[in-house]
Amino acid sequence: MPQNELMTRSNPTSRRTPPEEADMNMHSMTVRGKDRYKSGVLEYKKMGYWEPDYQPKDTDVIALFRVTPQDGVDPIEASAAVAGESSTATWTVVWTDRLTAAEKYRAKCFRVDPVPNSPGQYFAYIAYDLDLFEPGSIANLSASIIGNVFGFKPLKALRLEDMRLPVAYVKTFQGPATGVVVERERMDKFGRPLLGATVKPKLGLSGRNYGRVVYEALKGGLDFTKDDENINSQPFMHWRERFLYCMEAVNKAQAATGEIKGTYLNVTAATMEDMYERAEFAKELGSIIIMIDLVIGYTAIQSMAKWARRNDMILHLHRAGHSTYTRQRSHGVSFRVIAKWMRLAGVDHIHAGTVVGKLEGDPATTRGYYDICREDYNPMRLEHGVFFDQHWASLNKLMPVASGGIHAGQMHQLLDHLGEDVILQFGGGTIGHPMGIQAGATANRVALEAMILARNEGRDYLHEGPEILAKAAETCTPLKSALEVWKNVTFNYESTDMPDYVPTPSVAM
Amino acid sequence: MRITQGCFSFLPDLTDEQISRQVQYSLENGWAVNIEFTDDPHPRNNLWEMWGLPMFDLRDAAGVMMELNQCRKVYGDRYIRLSAFDSSHGWESVRLSFIVNRPKEEPGFHLERHEVAGRNIRYTTRSYAADRPEGRRYG
Repeated sequence: MPQNELMTRSNPTSRRTPPEEADMNMHSMTVRGKDRYKSGVLEYKKMGYWEPDYQPKDTDVIALFRVTPQDGVDPIEASAAVAGESSTATWTVVWTDRLTAAEKYRAKCFRVDPVPNSPGQYFAYIAYDLDLFEPGSIANLSASIIGNVFGFKPLKALRLEDMRLPVAYVKTFQGPATGVVVERERMDKFGRPLLGATVKPKLGLSGRNYGRVVYEALKGGLDFTKDDENINSQPFMHWRERFLYCMEAVNKAQAATGEIKGTYLNVTAATMEDMYERAEFAKELGSIIIMIDLVIGYTAIQSMAKWARRNDMILHLHRAGHSTYTRQRSHGVSFRVIAKWMRLAGVDHIHAGTVVGKLEGDPATTRGYYDICREDYNPMRLEHGVFFDQHWASLNKLMPVASGGIHAGQMHQLLDHLGEDVILQFGGGTIGHPMGIQAGATANRVALEAMILARNEGRDYLHEGPEILAKAAETCTPLKSALEVWKNVTFNYESTDMPDYVPTPSVAM
Repeated sequence: MRITQGCFSFLPDLTDEQISRQVQYSLENGWAVNIEFTDDPHPRNNLWEMWGLPMFDLRDAAGVMMELNQCRKVYGDRYIRLSAFDSSHGWESVRLSFIVNRPKEEPGFHLERHEVAGRNIRYTTRSYAADRPEGRRYG
């Protein structure tokens, strides 16, 4: 199939069947009436999980899976099996289905397309009735959609690529505790990305030493510093020590600069009770922000989001662990789905890639994640890996965080790729500065302000970037030195996860 | 010290030409520019005094620059900032804010420490200048 055909096709939620797919998108094979419930084993596609004529309702949850069937397994049957196993089916016919409105509760695969340039892989679109889900529960949503089906034997691999969440379902979630706009108002910082740094080394510093790094970085010009994902409460630094010294640093830096500052106090712990205790202490000390790790689980994340909303706290999420299931193209869950779930769950910050830094991130795919975080409406954009129109119904926006292997010399590229509502975190790029941490922070802040000034003046900052930075460095020795030290540092590796569709000009017929 | 609130405080003070370009950028985005001043620059003082209303429906930065110069004549010894307000849905807030005038001397802030139970300390940030009544704080 030519790629421009795929690019120009209408939204998948509306039915259409191009002629070349006619043999694949066959009519329904569902067995109806008495025969449907005869004891024994029936193919999933005959049980009502393959309904090519089904017109998804506005209130349906739609999931898009990348299905890789085992050799010899019919892709339609494999896709119907995914629909079945993620909703009502079990391996054999059960008569108790007849005690329920079974047809409503069956997930319905309504479309299967071959994945462009990927033999053996298929995109399966599956619609789920809203009644299958408990309102406001990511745990329930994920238990349904990714609960059992990923280990299903007839499949070689399975990946949840994207989801369309109906407004009716979106409105059952709190959404980000604070949101981008209120975060900016509370911080009194407008018109530029926020700057942060993760304290390094991530392990081993005592509370007192840790506070020193926080103070230097904040005083030098950063807005935030951050605990790393695995800084909790270890023998070298128990959590109360960290919180006390960090808040001394925040307050001292605020007085030194006249600006609001924050440090993400990681409250991740073994139990909810521990996390609440740490969060309460952070609040008592006057922190404006706390932090959690993705590994605490969806329910714990939602609990902390509700706590954060009640206590005027910004909630930062580190996506610790996500690459174990988001990175491989054929199996797992795409990060765009995790980003959608986290917007519903209610975090205010989420690490979403840097494009130019040390961690995985194709530019187009990353753009898709950022749009999911920051827009009130995401139109389908296959070239960014966004498969559905998604309305967010005024749910707060969350701030994407770019962290990992970035430095001041890339400021023009970062601004171009990531835009203005983002937190740029320069850990090594601050603390590794040859003139010290304050100088490192100042270099980043000056580079950023110079770039924003130039952009707003209408300059072609992407191409003139190095020149703009060099000019700013004339009056800022720390920037000059940063540009010198990291001038050749880039991380150019092939991405493992890229969109399947590339934009090609479509020819008017 | 130098208060580093606002978008461009780490750069050398902007010239009027540079300020004017930022204003023009804001106007072209459909944002209303507001002039505010204060002699109480505490980081949590959100309510700087307004120099008139935000300038809605303006197209040319010259209008803002004229008002700014008027404001400087009266309150040149205080902090003055420009902020650009976006009324579009989903924002309805400030989109750009930067300081365009400062007092000659910025004495900064004193950090008061109040030791309480355990090792906890309550911090209060106090502006040295704000010890005096409004209008007699700088210069």
